[in-house]
Amino acid sequence: MTNDLKHLPRVGENPEMTPQALADNFRDLHPPLTERQAVIESQRCLYCYDAPCIEACPSDIDIPRFIRQIGEGNINGAAQTILEQNILGGSCARVCPTEILCEQSCVRNHDAECQPVLIGLLQRYATDHMNFDQHPFARTADSGRTIAVVGAGPAGLACAHRLTMLGHRVVIFEAEAKPGGLNEYGIARYKMTDDFARKEVEFLLEIGGIEIRYGQRLGDNLNLERLHADYDSVFLGLGLGASRALGLTGEDAPGLAPAVDYIKELRQADDLGELPLAKRCVVIGAGNTAIDMATQMARLGADEVTLVYRRGVEAMSATDHEQEIARANGVRILTWARPLQVLLDDGGRVAGMRFEKTHEQDGRLVGTDETFEIAADAVFKAIGQSFAEASLADPLAVELERDGERIRVDGSFRTSLPNVYAGGDCIAPGQDLTVQAVQHGKLAAHAIHQDLMAKQEAA
Amino acid sequence: MNSIVNGVDLSIDFAGIKAPNPFWLASAPPTDKAYNVVRAYEAGWGGVVWKTLGEDPAAVNVSSRYSAHFGKNREVLGFNNIELITDRSLEINLREIAQVKKDWPDRALIVSIMVPCEEASWMHILPLVEATGADGIELNLGCPHGMPERGMGAAVGQNPDLIEQVARWCKQYYSKPVIVKLTPNITDIRAPAQAALRGGADAVSLINTINSITSLDLDNMVAKPTVGSQSTHGGYCGSAVKPIALNMVAEIARDAPTRNLPISGIGGVSNWRDAAEFIALGAGSVQVCTAAMLHGFRIVEEMKDGLSRWMAEKSYRSVADFSGKAVSNTTDWKHLDMNFKTIAHIDQDRCIQCGRCYIACEDTSHQSIAQLVETSGAKRYEVIEEECVGCNLCQITCPVENCISMVPQETGKPYMSWEQDPRNPFRKAS
Repeated sequence: MTNDLKHLPRVGENPEMTPQALADNFRDLHPPLTERQAVIESQRCLYCYDAPCIEACPSDIDIPRFIRQIGEGNINGAAQTILEQNILGGSCARVCPTEILCEQSCVRNHDAECQPVLIGLLQRYATDHMNFDQHPFARTADSGRTIAVVGAGPAGLACAHRLTMLGHRVVIFEAEAKPGGLNEYGIARYKMTDDFARKEVEFLLEIGGIEIRYGQRLGDNLNLERLHADYDSVFLGLGLGASRALGLTGEDAPGLAPAVDYIKELRQADDLGELPLAKRCVVIGAGNTAIDMATQMARLGADEVTLVYRRGVEAMSATDHEQEIARANGVRILTWARPLQVLLDDGGRVAGMRFEKTHEQDGRLVGTDETFEIAADAVFKAIGQSFAEASLADPLAVELERDGERIRVDGSFRTSLPNVYAGGDCIAPGQDLTVQAVQHGKLAAHAIHQDLMAKQEAA
Repeated sequence: MNSIVNGVDLSIDFAGIKAPNPFWLASAPPTDKAYNVVRAYEAGWGGVVWKTLGEDPAAVNVSSRYSAHFGKNREVLGFNNIELITDRSLEINLREIAQVKKDWPDRALIVSIMVPCEEASWMHILPLVEATGADGIELNLGCPHGMPERGMGAAVGQNPDLIEQVARWCKQYYSKPVIVKLTPNITDIRAPAQAALRGGADAVSLINTINSITSLDLDNMVAKPTVGSQSTHGGYCGSAVKPIALNMVAEIARDAPTRNLPISGIGGVSNWRDAAEFIALGAGSVQVCTAAMLHGFRIVEEMKDGLSRWMAEKSYRSVADFSGKAVSNTTDWKHLDMNFKTIAHIDQDRCIQCGRCYIACEDTSHQSIAQLVETSGAKRYEVIEEECVGCNLCQITCPVENCISMVPQETGKPYMSWEQDPRNPFRKAS
C-alpha cells in the first residue's frame, strides 16, 4: 500500500509530531473506568427485568447481571457472565457502537434522564480486571471431530472457542500473519490500545484444542473443496476482504488508496512517525471506517481533513457519536457531493478530487451538474468492503448460493453446501459489527454441534 | 442567637429547657469537650447534651471504635461505636461545662450522667453538676456496650424498677429538669418510659443505640470495628435506625400514661425532614449525632433553613404548633379501616419499562401486574386492578418518582375496624 503513498512526507517530519505527541494522540479514546468509577456507575443500573439492554445486545449478554456482580465486587463472576455469551467481550466493550445498542435502549436513557448506564465501559472494566487462575471455560469430552474454520476474525474465533467447549477440535486457517481480523487490523488505533486484540486471542486460545495456521488464504493456497473433504465441518468467517472501487479514471494513481489499507498499516506500525502523511486529506465514505480514517489522519498531524459523503448526515452509517469524534478532531464533514474525477498533478499523482453536488429526487440520488474541487495530497476511499471473489473460486466454492455477493445462510448459519457454515460480515443478515460476528460464530458452533450429533445418532 | 429563621420562630421550651431551635447534639463523641461544643454553638446548634460524665477514675477507651453499614456507594446507612462514656476526669469536664454555659447562655446545655446504681453515687455527682449552671441532666441508662457489663447504662435501662429509682434520686438531689434517656434494647418501650414518669422525670429522650454488629472482615473472620484480632458488639445508630426510633417515640406519645411526657427524639435524624417527622410523632426537640459525625456541624444550617421554610409553607408558627400532630393518626392495627381500598396506578408517560414492579409483584406478591409486549417490541406494564391488594410493593420498587401512585378507591362502604369485622372470629358482639 505504501507504494501508493510513498511520495508523501512522513508523519515524523513535522517537528510537532514527536513520539510523545503521537503516543498521546493515539491513547485510549475513552479512558477506562477506575475501580471507584465502576462501582459508582454499577449502582446506576436498575437491574431491569426483561431488560431492554439485553434485547439490544446482538450477543445476548446478561447485562444487568454482570453489572450487579461488579457492584458486589465479584469481578470474575461479572467477566464470566460476559464471556459465556461473548468470548470477545473485551474488544466488544471497546468497539461496540453502544450508543445504538445497549446504551441506547437503557431505561435511564429516557427523556427524564438522558443518561444511560455506561454499559460498554463497565463491560471493559470487568474484562480488563478479571483474574482467573485458569481459563474460565472447560472443554467437554473429545468428540473426535475436527472442524475447519476459515478466518481468525471475531466470527471464526468465537465459533472455534464454542466448538472446543462442545468437545470438538478446531483448525483455523488465517490469511494474515496474526489472528484477530478487523480487531487486529481494522479498528482505529485509539479504540484498541496496548495490543489488546492479540492478548484477547491469547486468552481465548487458552481453552486448548484450537490450532491456527497462518498465511492460509482461501482461493490461493487453500480451497473449500479440500477443506470440505478433510474436515467434519467447515465454518467460513471470511469477512469482506476487498475495498470497493470508485470506478473513476485515476483510481490507480499514487495518492489514492483504500482507507482500510492505511488503517491496517497504522495499526501495525511500531513507529507512527514513519507513516505517510496527507497534509490535505480527503476521505470518501460515510461509515465508521471513513470516520476512523479521517480522525486518525487528523491526529497524525494533517492540516486539513475532509470527509465527503454523497448523501446527508442522517444517512451516514457512522453513528452520531462517531461523527462527533471526527468533528472534535477537526474533520470537516461535507455532504451531498459525489466524486466525479480524480485530479492529478503533472507527475500523475493525486492532487485533489472534483465532486458533483447531489440531491435527492423521488428518493433517488441525482447529480446537479454543479461541481467543485478539493485539493488533496491523498484521497482515501471508504465506500464499503466487498467480497474477495477469488477466495470462493474453486469448483465447490462457486456453488455456494449467494444473497447478492454475500453467502446465503439459513437461520442456523448453514450454507447451501452440506457441512459448510458461514457467519460474520461475509453473510447477509445483520449489521457488520464485531459483536454481530461473535454471535454468528457462537450460534453457528451450536448448529454445527447439533448437526454432528444428529448425524452420529442417525449412523 | 436569633431563633427566627425565614420568618419562623424555631425556639422551643422543652420541659423547661429553653433553646433557640430544636436541633441538639446528642451525648456522644461530638460533645466530649468544650472545644467541640463551642464549635457546635458557633455553627448554630440550639443545644448540646454533653458527653456522659461518670465517676473518677475516668473510663478508658480502646483503639478502633467505629464501624459502619455501608450502601454500595459507600454512603453510611448505619453507624456503630464501642466507645465508652467520657475518658476525661470529672473535674475537667465540670470546669469546661461551667465555662461554656457562661459563655453561651442562650443555648441549651444538658449534662449526661452515668454512675453506679447507688444513691450515694448520684448524691455525690448531682450537686457538682448543678453547680455548673447547666440547664438540665440526661440520665444515660441506655449505653448498650461495655458499661452494662459493669452494671450501668442499658443494664439499668432494661429494668423499669431501677429507672424509677434513679429518676427519683435525681429529682431529689437536683433541682433542674431531669431527662431519662431510654434504651431500645428491650421488648416494650412503654414500660421504661412509664417508670421514668413514676420516678418523677421531666422528660424522656430516645432512642439510645441498638446492639449491633455492622459487618465482618471475611478474610480474618472477625467483626468490625476490630480491636487486635477481636471485636465486640457496639451501639447502632445513623439513618438506618430512624424507623425504629420513630416507632418508639410514637409508642410513648400515644400511650395514655406518658401522653404528655416531653420527648427528645433521637435516632438517625439526618435532615430537617427527619426532624419534622420526629416532632410530628410527639418529640419536642431532636438530638443528632451520626449525621454530624459524618458531615460536620455545618449541617444544622440546612436543617434550620429547611424546617423553617416547610413550617412557613404549612403556616406553623412554632415547633409546638405541629408537635404530636401525627400521633392521633398512629394507632393499633385493629383500629384500621378494613373497608379502605387502594390500588396501584402506573403513569404510562412516566414509565421507563424497567420491569421492576412486574417481577416484584409476579414473584413475591399478588401477580397483579401484566407485562404486555407491543408490536414494536416495547413493553408495557399494566395493573390488573381486580387482583391488586394495594400493598405498595410496586410503588416502592419503581425507580421513577410519581410514576406509580396508589389510588384510594371509592367503595361506598363505611369505616369498619377489625373489631367490627364479621370475618373476625373473636369479634366482640356489638
